[in-house]
Amino acid sequence: MLGNIIKKEFKELFTISTLLPIVVVALVFGFVGQMVGNVGERIEDKPVIGIADMDGGDFSDIAMSVLIEKAEVIYDGSDAEEGLKEVREENGVALLVIPENFSQNIYANHPGEIEIYWIMRGAGMLDSISSGVAEGLIQSVNQEISKKLIQQDNLLDPALILASTTRSETTFFKGKEVVGLSPSQLSNMLISQSVVMPVVVMMLIIMAGVAVISSMGLEKENKTLETLLTLPVRRSHIVIGKVVGSALVGMLMAAVYMIGFLYYMRSFQISDINLADFGLTLGVQDYLLVGISLFAALLAGLSLCIVLGTFAKNYRSAQALIFPITALAMISSFTIMFKDFDTIPAVLKVLLFAIPFSHPMMAVRALMLDNYLLVIGGIAYAVVFTAIMIAVAVRIFNSDRLLTGSVRKRAARGKLVWGFRR
Amino acid sequence: MKAVEVRELVKDYGSLRAINGISFEVNEGEIFGLIGPNGAGKTTALRVVATLLQITSGSVTVFGYELPKEAGEVRKIISYLPEEAGAYKNLRGNEYLNFIAKFFGEGEKSQDIVQRGLEISNLGERINDKVDTYSKGMTRRLLVGRALMVNPRLAILDEPTSGLDVVNAQEVRRIINSSVEAGVAVLLSSHNMLEVELLCHRIALIDDGKIVASGTAAELKNEYDARNIEEAFVKAIK
Repeated sequence: MLGNIIKKEFKELFTISTLLPIVVVALVFGFVGQMVGNVGERIEDKPVIGIADMDGGDFSDIAMSVLIEKAEVIYDGSDAEEGLKEVREENGVALLVIPENFSQNIYANHPGEIEIYWIMRGAGMLDSISSGVAEGLIQSVNQEISKKLIQQDNLLDPALILASTTRSETTFFKGKEVVGLSPSQLSNMLISQSVVMPVVVMMLIIMAGVAVISSMGLEKENKTLETLLTLPVRRSHIVIGKVVGSALVGMLMAAVYMIGFLYYMRSFQISDINLADFGLTLGVQDYLLVGISLFAALLAGLSLCIVLGTFAKNYRSAQALIFPITALAMISSFTIMFKDFDTIPAVLKVLLFAIPFSHPMMAVRALMLDNYLLVIGGIAYAVVFTAIMIAVAVRIFNSDRLLTGSVRKRAARGKLVWGFRR
Repeated sequence: MKAVEVRELVKDYGSLRAINGISFEVNEGEIFGLIGPNGAGKTTALRVVATLLQITSGSVTVFGYELPKEAGEVRKIISYLPEEAGAYKNLRGNEYLNFIAKFFGEGEKSQDIVQRGLEISNLGERINDKVDTYSKGMTRRLLVGRALMVNPRLAILDEPTSGLDVVNAQEVRRIINSSVEAGVAVLLSSHNMLEVELLCHRIALIDDGKIVASGTAAELKNEYDARNIEEAFVKAIK
């Protein structure tokens, strides 16, 4: 008896529609993982750096030997400008400049200063791994100099032994020169942009998408759609009305959700540094563009949902149709969270650009870095995408398919016919 | 002018023929009933006339407007009530009537339409409640009110009393009759042979996508030597 019930439950729940989303999500994560690269390998990789030694003293020699051993040094000279150029061209992480009097200062019981010029290419969570590894090099330099100091039988300042070097850092990030911050500090400050927008937009698209597709299923089940289609109103107005109405609700949901999530993310912010002090801020027109980008993405997503919703036979079947939207929203969200658009492979770039919800996820970061082209291009793409989806939806609304439902296979004849009710 | 003229209508769903060359006419101020078993093609025929489905072959005109070419004009003069339809659950009854009325007129005209809807549905104070609190009978009365309040020239009613108790079914029939007295033409489908006999001026018996007989109830009973329409139908499809 019990076995019979278990067998029945298993058969009811273990269907293609329950299995497919799990398989596809697993494949999506695998694909994105492959695309963004292996974190473990990148941590083990030697960071690519340049060194400009202007000191030539005992302690700079120690620093040089540590750096040469533990990093891939692509420039080893004494011209900072030339070194920086080389590092940029060779996709290096940083140029370390050991200034004159470095060793002399340490001998005089003062920490030696190392100037670090970071080249930061992306603000995603995984983009600062290489610079994190490079930061570890400085710790190694510090240790080796401390060892040397202890070996020397001088009367030493314990503070100097613990911190024999200091850093002055400048990060070059997409045309901006951020003085006083390392890439990991900058990345931490940008975490709200890296995480909040992707998560908010992903949740929003999924929630609004579920609402729209379910409403289509419900309209079919209740036959309110049949009534609507016999009223003296253009099919295009029905479709546009549905998309715009749901998008407005979506914008309200976004506002509420964003406030809550921003408070949540603030608890993770480590430093009190203000991004505006480094020119990384948004103006009124930027916020307007973010809003437009979000609204355009919502329109695009919801118009896609309307097309998918036309295949729903009822409320229940509508739930399964949300899956493609969820998968696309997850791909965009997780990729953008972990990697910057500029640092992902070309295939993933094309895929991200093609998914209209990606654009508001990237908009804040892009606008902070004055990349208006990406944002405006994204808005234009979302508008075109919406227009195409609305045209497709109107075409379906004008056909029998909306009422006759999905394609089903007739077992007897093996032919495909439209499922319908006479 | 004929309210509806259907000539040799064929409707295919892929390889399956749902309607196989039916012809019928509905006159102004007449109730015309399509009766037949499940899957006979009644709903498909009604949906075609209601501009919801495309025509495979044949012709359909509504008050002289040809389908599908002039579907927009047809929608201005028809009202369609699907079988077992619902209304938007989050709207109140009066909000639902108001929503529909706005497709047929603005301002005072819209208010007049709503007023007619309130009178036809006769839901009293409950019209101010949300639709999801309504019983099946109340929802059907609201929908019949919605369908007839716009003064359509043709009302297309699919199983208008399906699932209703005797009292509600009788009320819906009374509403339909009074609309016809006001000049509305009605094309309806039903399983309920007794209802059709009571309500319809003329009837078409439909089976397997074909009209097997048509005429007044008296003519059909006479033709098949039957005591009622049910018996006439059974004899007609044998």
